[in-house]
Amino acid sequence: MTVPIEEIVQVEELESKASVARPVSRRTLIWRRLKGSPQFWFGGLVFAVIVLWALLGPLLWPISYLERDYSALNQAPSLGHPFGTDTLGYDIFARVMRGLQISLIIGLIAGPLATLIAGIVGSIAGYIGGVTDKVIAWFIDLLLVLPSFFIMVIISPLFKGAGWMALTLLLAVFAWMIMAQVIRSQTRSLREREFVKAARYMGFGSWSVVTRHIVPNVASLLIIDATLGVGAVILAETSLSFFGFGVQAPDVSLGTLIADGNTAAATRPWLFAFPAGTLVALLLSLSLLGDSLRDAIDPTSGVNRG
Amino acid sequence: MADTLLDPVIPGIADPRTPLLQVKNLSVTFPQRGRPPVRAVRDVSYDIHEGEFLGIVGESGSGKSVSSLAVMGLLPDTAKIEGEILFRGRNLLDLGDRQLSRIRGSELAIIFQDPLSALTPVYTVGDQIAEGLQLHDRRLSKQAAAARAVELLKVVGIPDPERRARAFPHEFSGGMRQRAMIAIAIANNPRLIIADEPTTALDVTIQAQILEVLQEAKRITGAAVSLITHDLGVVAGHADRVAVMYAGKLVEVGDVEQVFRAPAMPYTVGLLRSVPNIRTAGTQRLVPLEGRPPSLAALPKGCPFAARCPAAIDICHEIEPELVHPTGVADHSAACHRAGEIASGMLDRAEIFPRPPVLPQTELAVTDDAPIVTVTDLKRHFPLTKGAVFRRRVGTVRAVDGVSFTLRPGRVLALVGESGCGKTTTILELMELTKPQSGQILVEDKDVATLSAGQRRALRSDIQIVFQDPAAAVDPRLPIGEVIAEPLIVHKVPKAERDARVQELLELVGLDPSMADRYPHEFSGGQRQRIGIARALSTNPKVLVLDEPVSALDVSIQAGVINLLQDLRDRLGLSMIFVAHDLAVVRQIADDVAVMYLGHIVESGPIAEVFDTPRHPYTQALMSAAPIPDPVIERTRDRVLLEGDLPSPAAQIEGCRFRARCPLYRLLDETAQQRCAAEDPALLRHGGADVACHHVDRNTLHVTV
Amino acid sequence: MILYIIRRVINYSILTLVATAMAYMLASLGLNPAWEYMMRNPPAPPETIESIVNRLGVNPDVPLITRTFTWLSNIFTEGSLGLTVGYQPVTEQIAVRAGVSLQLLLIGSIIGAILGVVLGVWGAVRQYRMSDRIVTVLSYIVFATPTIVMAILLMVLATYLNNALGFQLIRFSGQYSPGIPNEFWPQFWDRVSHLLLPTLVLILGAGASYSRYQRNAMLDVLGADYIRTARSKGRTRGSALVRHGVRIALIPMSTFFAYSFGTLVAGSTMLEVIFGWHGMGRWAIEAVQQNDINAVAGSTLFVAVLILCSSTLSEILYAALDPRVRR
Repeated sequence: MTVPIEEIVQVEELESKASVARPVSRRTLIWRRLKGSPQFWFGGLVFAVIVLWALLGPLLWPISYLERDYSALNQAPSLGHPFGTDTLGYDIFARVMRGLQISLIIGLIAGPLATLIAGIVGSIAGYIGGVTDKVIAWFIDLLLVLPSFFIMVIISPLFKGAGWMALTLLLAVFAWMIMAQVIRSQTRSLREREFVKAARYMGFGSWSVVTRHIVPNVASLLIIDATLGVGAVILAETSLSFFGFGVQAPDVSLGTLIADGNTAAATRPWLFAFPAGTLVALLLSLSLLGDSLRDAIDPTSGVNRG
Repeated sequence: MADTLLDPVIPGIADPRTPLLQVKNLSVTFPQRGRPPVRAVRDVSYDIHEGEFLGIVGESGSGKSVSSLAVMGLLPDTAKIEGEILFRGRNLLDLGDRQLSRIRGSELAIIFQDPLSALTPVYTVGDQIAEGLQLHDRRLSKQAAAARAVELLKVVGIPDPERRARAFPHEFSGGMRQRAMIAIAIANNPRLIIADEPTTALDVTIQAQILEVLQEAKRITGAAVSLITHDLGVVAGHADRVAVMYAGKLVEVGDVEQVFRAPAMPYTVGLLRSVPNIRTAGTQRLVPLEGRPPSLAALPKGCPFAARCPAAIDICHEIEPELVHPTGVADHSAACHRAGEIASGMLDRAEIFPRPPVLPQTELAVTDDAPIVTVTDLKRHFPLTKGAVFRRRVGTVRAVDGVSFTLRPGRVLALVGESGCGKTTTILELMELTKPQSGQILVEDKDVATLSAGQRRALRSDIQIVFQDPAAAVDPRLPIGEVIAEPLIVHKVPKAERDARVQELLELVGLDPSMADRYPHEFSGGQRQRIGIARALSTNPKVLVLDEPVSALDVSIQAGVINLLQDLRDRLGLSMIFVAHDLAVVRQIADDVAVMYLGHIVESGPIAEVFDTPRHPYTQALMSAAPIPDPVIERTRDRVLLEGDLPSPAAQIEGCRFRARCPLYRLLDETAQQRCAAEDPALLRHGGADVACHHVDRNTLHVTV
Repeated sequence: MILYIIRRVINYSILTLVATAMAYMLASLGLNPAWEYMMRNPPAPPETIESIVNRLGVNPDVPLITRTFTWLSNIFTEGSLGLTVGYQPVTEQIAVRAGVSLQLLLIGSIIGAILGVVLGVWGAVRQYRMSDRIVTVLSYIVFATPTIVMAILLMVLATYLNNALGFQLIRFSGQYSPGIPNEFWPQFWDRVSHLLLPTLVLILGAGASYSRYQRNAMLDVLGADYIRTARSKGRTRGSALVRHGVRIALIPMSTFFAYSFGTLVAGSTMLEVIFGWHGMGRWAIEAVQQNDINAVAGSTLFVAVLILCSSTLSEILYAALDPRVRR
């Protein structure tokens, strides 16, 4: 076969390592690629800083997000209130931290949860095939016909008053569909791969084959999706909260803060800039992390693959 | 033709003594980030004269494709190219993209290996041919170009060319697509056609056709051809001269008869002795070449082949040999310090690469005679459906349509045929161990239809499978120790026992047992296939089913795996069902053979009987098409060539399925032909074999093997 | 090919109906138009409530399935989607607002797609050069900026710009300003200045995501064998890329179009609220806030039909670009 240059190079890469005593696992290769990726470091650093801030900040910062300072209404950023205050005297710094906490928790729960659902549903549909697959595929199409934002807006009255845990579940329920489709098509092509057939002919039952061979091979997709999913969930939650359908008072989220700062954005920019800036930084870092992971795990993958 | 404004050297009226193409000291290096560069081609020089047919032979990584892409100027930008490539006196490396574009497609043409990916899927074939025409002749109108495209399709033998010109590449079969590629290449009467592994992806009867088309194209245009391949038989049959490449360098060049008869470089010697030859196969063992080619990024000092060369002496590890003329014949050169000794006979070729001995009688397993697998009238049909939401049945693919065979202990049965004949489906049906759609499967006298799930699982330990693609057959995420032990996990063998068995198996297949915790990607193709075999042997099966086990491997590696399989058969008394399309490999290892066509067995019997005296026209064609790596024989043998394409297995055909392509059918009178059209022939005994043909006694086709 | 598309359309239509029915049921579960009346102090008499819910067809005592069925069948028999809480026919309200939303959506999606495709192709061809890196960085940032944030940011910038210039160049409150003379050009420019910001948000967002997707598709194509064949026939590198590469790299875009349309609809909904446009999206949100079941269901139907159209369009595009799926 006409061996493409990339293959020659890859074989070289591996052969030169195989001649060394230590075996090189895939994990080492992936880590090596990650190390060389500026997106990984930048994204990872920013994300780490934000998470630390959200974790430790409220413990160290003297002012609570519910405290109102009647002597400092509508003040621009100052030493006492680094992010300024709003009309009701709330300290924006504390509010942003609190909103960040809530948004992060929601994201970190709902994102991986959605990935889990996608992995299970997608691999079952892809592996079993037949009627089960068709039904699941049709069901996924159904859920995708309407934009999830819309449906969540409609459903949200049902959950009012149930707290933001319910919101988290809701977000997870509407985030898994696209990844499930990807997992499904990956599973279908994996199913035809010889090592899966080999496993069947060895005598493994369906469940064993799926857990032993299919899931680990789509694991990389799942990891990438979980990372990007956190960002997607946070984005969705922020939008919902902005319009009043998400996190409810007295809780705050970055979305509600942005909504509060909306009307005054031009005259009192600190009310808008800090929550918005934090949100953008968070989403950007997650996006960079996810993309760098994808490049490291599967350097040949394109967005339209699978 | 070429633009005379370009260059003071006047092309076209070449001095017949000046070679058409002169490659001088060509080196191609690919830089790598943070690693030493890959030196894919190192100081290669060769000439091609007008009208000459040069065969460039080598295995993967030898640099044969890269050097040819360099001639065309189609390497990626990152490649560093040094040396000179003089085409009709002009150095192609001095020319820019625009100037080169004028020469490409008009004077210099290339045919790629995989025509499906080489043709743009969204344009019709006719348009793509016309494009080549219009690029070099601005005055050609669209209609004229389209008409010429249809003509070209006719020249390359595509039936119904007007309609086909309006079709898209995916609607063509592999052979047809390659013909279209040839049409594109010859559209502007090139002086040199480079064919980069043009038939590697094709079935053997189609390969024979395409090579004929290539020869015809050469005849019509008077062009020289540079054929790049790994198949020595193809080179033997068609090339005037041959150049052998190894690790980026030319190691032997010469007249084809000279090189095949008396090679002077150990790699060539070894290669020729490791290739299965359908005439001599079965009578002697193949010579394996141990090890594998060196990494092009970390070439050792001295001769790159020294590590694998049994004849290496100290100087071989120090200084890389230059091309010398060992026989005094100016045309024949070899790069070996001991070339003179080899050529003169002082160093016997049989001594450098001796044939491994057959296993002594004492080690052979004793087996009885009762059949271990009996398949009777097996049928497997697939419904052909259309439609995304509401599927409806538009036809049936009769992949396996009434196949019967018996496998005896300690014997190897080969199923041969081309794509779509149903051989792979047959063995997969067998491996399912469930009641087939129709027919009966008996394994060790048990009818698989009557098995319970537990019995089936137990039976699986007796019949295991080895797949074709060693990379795909093994889960890349598991270390090979676990890969090999997997079947044992199903049968609930405890861990300690499993580990011990893994060590045993690794030794049995010739791998180092300490490598059990390494990952599949760290091994070469041949080693991975051995891992697959080890896995299949882990449960001590009685039957081994192999699906094209060596076709994905390099030629020199195949020999080692084939020898291993023969040893295993002898030592363990294994029975094997072996699916393959390479007849020489089959002859080497099989005891019995069944030839399949469109879901039927058309001829079966002991291998010597079937291969020495093929009686079915299809078998005869297959034998004709299999290239023999011996130039004298290959060029003088009688052949039976098939016309047309492999039919689609979904087609419904009355009577004998082969008659559309049958060369015998064409020679028969009307009454005889009517019988072929009305009645599907049954397998009947003729001489030592079973043949499914009505007119065996009237078969006057002559085939020499 | 036509048959294939017709089959897909039928499939989508069924999905649309089922999805809308589901939306109706969900809305009925969560909302009650009479809530307001029930919450009054003293609460309104039961007969009043009864008559309200009956008029709107949302009586909670009638089983949910029956209500849904009635509502669905009314669409086909009377062409009616019921009444809003203001007792206006839902269909009329949709007719008034649909045009507004469509304006925003069409301009945003089409221009955004074109921008994205151009940037993606260009970025792939100039991979790793400074221009590609800049575009990539910018698209990452735009991608990470939620629609809301982008909208508000642009509003702030526009305000600064207006203040700096001394007059209202860019207006963004609502779709048009009152008091503009009723002549063509003044009306036109007024509309444009109001359209500018919301469509800009959509265009930037769509452009960023399209460009990333298209860039990857184009990169895949760059290394393809058929590009090499085209060059071997005598095409220069650039011409081979354009004639053979771009056409194929566009194929995945048509599927992406369908997939991204949903995001676009969500985005334009948010923009309608922020910029004060009287479109379907805003109406839907208000409907939820006002407990108006029929309006919610009606607007869901509208969105579903939109998505159906966009999916069909993308199927047609795909078949037009890729002859391999045609029969």
